[in-house]
Amino acid sequence: MTNHWNDVQHADAILIMGSNPAENHPISFKWVNEARSKRGAKLIVVDPRFTRSAATADIYARLRPGTDIAFLGAMISYAIDKNRINEEYVRNYTDAAYLVNPDFQGPVDLDGAFSGLTGAKYDKATWSYQMDENGIPKMDPTLQDPMCVFQLLKKHYARYTLKKASEITGCDVKALEAVCDAYTSTFKPELSGTIMYAMGTTQHTYGSQNVRAFAVIQLLLGNIGVAGGGINALRGESNVQGSTDHGALFHILTGYLKYPKANQPTLAVYNEQNTPKNNDPKSLNWWGNTPKYMASLMKAWWRDADLETAYGYLPKVDDGKNYSYLPIFSAMANGDVKGMFAWGMNPAVGAPSSKMIRRALAQLDWMVCIDLWETETSAFWQKEAGVDPASIKTEVFLLPAASSVEKEGSISNSGRWCQWRYKAIDPVGHAEDDLWIINQIVTRTKALYAKEGGAFPDPIANLTWNYSKGGMDPRINSPQPREVAKEINGYFIVEKEIEDKVKKEIKKFKPGDMVPSFAMLQDDGSTVCGCWVYCGSVSDTENKMMKRDPADPTGLGVFPNWSWSWPVNRRIVYNRASVNAEGKPYAKDKPVLWWSGLKKVWVGDIPDGNGDPDAILPFIMVPHGRGMLFAAGMSDGPFPEHYEPLESAVRNTFSSKQVSPVIMRWDEKAKEKTCNPIIAEGCIAATFGSEEIKDFPIICSTYRVVEHWQTGQMTRWLPWLAEMVPNQFMEISEELAKEKGIVNGQKVRITSARNVEGIEVQAMVTKRLKPFTIQGKTHHMVGITWHFGYKGLVTGGNANDLTPFIGDPNTMIPEYKAFLVNVEKA
Amino acid sequence: MDITRRGFLKIAGGTLAAAGFGTGVGIKPAFAMPRKIQYAQEVPTICPYCGVGCGIIAHVRNGKVINTEGDPDHPISKGALCPKGGSLYQIANNDKRNKKVLYRAPGADAWKEVEWDWALEKITANLKKTRDEGFKLTNANGEVVNRCESIAAIGGAALDNEEVYALTKMNRALGLVYVEHQARI
Repeated sequence: MTNHWNDVQHADAILIMGSNPAENHPISFKWVNEARSKRGAKLIVVDPRFTRSAATADIYARLRPGTDIAFLGAMISYAIDKNRINEEYVRNYTDAAYLVNPDFQGPVDLDGAFSGLTGAKYDKATWSYQMDENGIPKMDPTLQDPMCVFQLLKKHYARYTLKKASEITGCDVKALEAVCDAYTSTFKPELSGTIMYAMGTTQHTYGSQNVRAFAVIQLLLGNIGVAGGGINALRGESNVQGSTDHGALFHILTGYLKYPKANQPTLAVYNEQNTPKNNDPKSLNWWGNTPKYMASLMKAWWRDADLETAYGYLPKVDDGKNYSYLPIFSAMANGDVKGMFAWGMNPAVGAPSSKMIRRALAQLDWMVCIDLWETETSAFWQKEAGVDPASIKTEVFLLPAASSVEKEGSISNSGRWCQWRYKAIDPVGHAEDDLWIINQIVTRTKALYAKEGGAFPDPIANLTWNYSKGGMDPRINSPQPREVAKEINGYFIVEKEIEDKVKKEIKKFKPGDMVPSFAMLQDDGSTVCGCWVYCGSVSDTENKMMKRDPADPTGLGVFPNWSWSWPVNRRIVYNRASVNAEGKPYAKDKPVLWWSGLKKVWVGDIPDGNGDPDAILPFIMVPHGRGMLFAAGMSDGPFPEHYEPLESAVRNTFSSKQVSPVIMRWDEKAKEKTCNPIIAEGCIAATFGSEEIKDFPIICSTYRVVEHWQTGQMTRWLPWLAEMVPNQFMEISEELAKEKGIVNGQKVRITSARNVEGIEVQAMVTKRLKPFTIQGKTHHMVGITWHFGYKGLVTGGNANDLTPFIGDPNTMIPEYKAFLVNVEKA
Repeated sequence: MDITRRGFLKIAGGTLAAAGFGTGVGIKPAFAMPRKIQYAQEVPTICPYCGVGCGIIAHVRNGKVINTEGDPDHPISKGALCPKGGSLYQIANNDKRNKKVLYRAPGADAWKEVEWDWALEKITANLKKTRDEGFKLTNANGEVVNRCESIAAIGGAALDNEEVYALTKMNRALGLVYVEHQARI
């Protein structure tokens, strides 16, 4: 979230699209309701299903799953046509005026593609700005040049008329127009609109572009950086924000530092390639600090090694190769991955085409699961999974983990608040906390390599690992989360004098002093910092994540002394965009911060960058400092363009590109049978125009209910929650139920191209779903939860046994939200 | 004095109790059952389910969580909880929890209870064997890669920050590149 939960109360319009907070983030709705009752905010819900959030909305619009860009494209077009844009903001704070490379072409010229497409990949050379002699993007402040970003954007979305969008999405034109009208009304500087999204937005083969479309809208309306605005991802797990911050993904290190590649052999080359350059004196270009953060991380991991040696210890990934979640399981199916650790994760239910996932697990030599209960993953070899245990050679360990009240440490919520949890009781039985288990593996592996030697032992032998009171003996040591928190924050390891440019004074630090802010981190190896965005969370005197002061000095629900928010306790990021060139807030009744001309200081939230008003550009994380309407960093185009889901029975009427041209197509290999049988059976898809599609004419989407969580591993074992929702069910419209002769409560079988035996579930005939009329044809839709599997107090059909094995080209997030099935009475 | 809602309730409760005793002339005193959470230690925590980060108070007595409820001081949730957050008690008190280390041998059809020491020794031996056999110093282009592609590590969103940081540090020191978690899906 650019903003935070309490901030939703300041919105004048709330767009809930691709999420269902009333059901999945229920307490957040307190702040949605607050905005409605206090400010008269309009609540808009756009969803294929009439959800619990939709039930409370002022305006509800139904769209066919996977057509968000057509819908949002129409909103962008509407805003431009009606001149509902915050002009001053767009001109000063976005890249609207920048001139783009004259050779750039888009879908209007190239039948649905952008310039540079060869095979399934873009050469992005033309996706660039024209630079002046000083290396600053050329601008046309009048926004009239046909190659300026604004004109290109206008041209791109001119095709997205309300009528066209209605034909594609199946949404009634009047509802679509009502949504556009209500939401774009927040273009007025004193008003703000917030977007609350979740996996309904992201889980598509163009999920990242769905989010980009939100970004374009919010920038045009001037809704980023302001109170009651922003782009707010509603995180589904209590610490999925923190685990991402701490680099638990293949493509990043901690603090979103880019992961080193094989063609970056030295830290010097890494820094050279990953430190963006900028010549605009008004742009802070924050990633220009990359070498400081990288050096401090290397010192946190290998204290006694010099920086280049430490960098050499890091494993390198091949340039262009993807090591994400889906590739893990295709590599596993091929027998290339032989061992796996699963830390509180349940791919046997949660991963797409999960039947294939379970077959892939059986190829492992060994697997270690760390969990609170027995999960389907840890039990994939059992009879309940529909397999013969004798045929599975995998050695499996299930380690009992401590629950959240049986240990201490911090977690970070969607709004980036890092909140400390205290230990209430000892772990149950023989359970131990994850840090204890990690510590055991590290100290024992260190000892093993010291004793026996082995492949490239140095990074293990030299790994700095001193969180324990009991020294290195794994039998007695107990790692301390508070010690780890200090390393994450960072401290000095040599004496250092640093000039504080803001206060214009010299600060002296001695070894062991906590680094007060990431502005003080050094690139010479004199500071340690495990995760630069958390620098400032622990000081010499206190752990700020423990703060529980409920005071709200501005009365705006900021609570600056309740926990600690990264970065540097800033509660709303890009907040310099909430004020004009004089430092005056656009919205006077809900100022995030303002410039006190008398004292020459910023008052309110921690500003994004210091300096006088207008001294810096507000989007400090992009090299040129302006919010990007044109995003060259994307794999699939600088502007969002509509494509159909991989499995869709609807032709893309925008272009001949039926699906995104740059997605990784396991389904094609599966069709050609140029892969092993596990992948061939698990990745097959009912694509447009294929033979398979005739057997699977119904759109299916997956989602959650308030009583359960994710794969059910933390809810189906709880008697209260199991009793509340004891069965898997499929929602089906009255129209389709009638056609199929299905009555409420009846057992039905749902099948997909990947699972022709299908899963058996109960039918729930409901008005919440309606058929869509697209291009004159009726398209039905069903929906199921993905909470069920074969373990737990209550069990049921696993939705992901049906879902397609395909991902977004930027993130590889699977397309769980729109695929094709068939439904029959069981 | 800055009176929080919770502080107010405590004060109000005390005042009402005092008033109650004062007006009992001629009426037999009624003794309420002692409150379930009386003398229990209050331990603040944060809900382990979604990303809202609601505050919960765990009441602890004699090493047991005897009650959990919404934390009224918490600025986001103000004491409210959804059905999942309201069920935290049953995570701490649950006879189906994993309480022993379990091991399944190749081809076996059941778990076997084992000791931590035995399991950790075997896990680290497996880890080392697979790592040593699969470790690549260079890739097909001859570039130095120092990586182990034969082991994957998934998960982390249910771990605390300090844990997941330590996990990332461990994974990368081992040379793992297949490092992924819930954020991806």
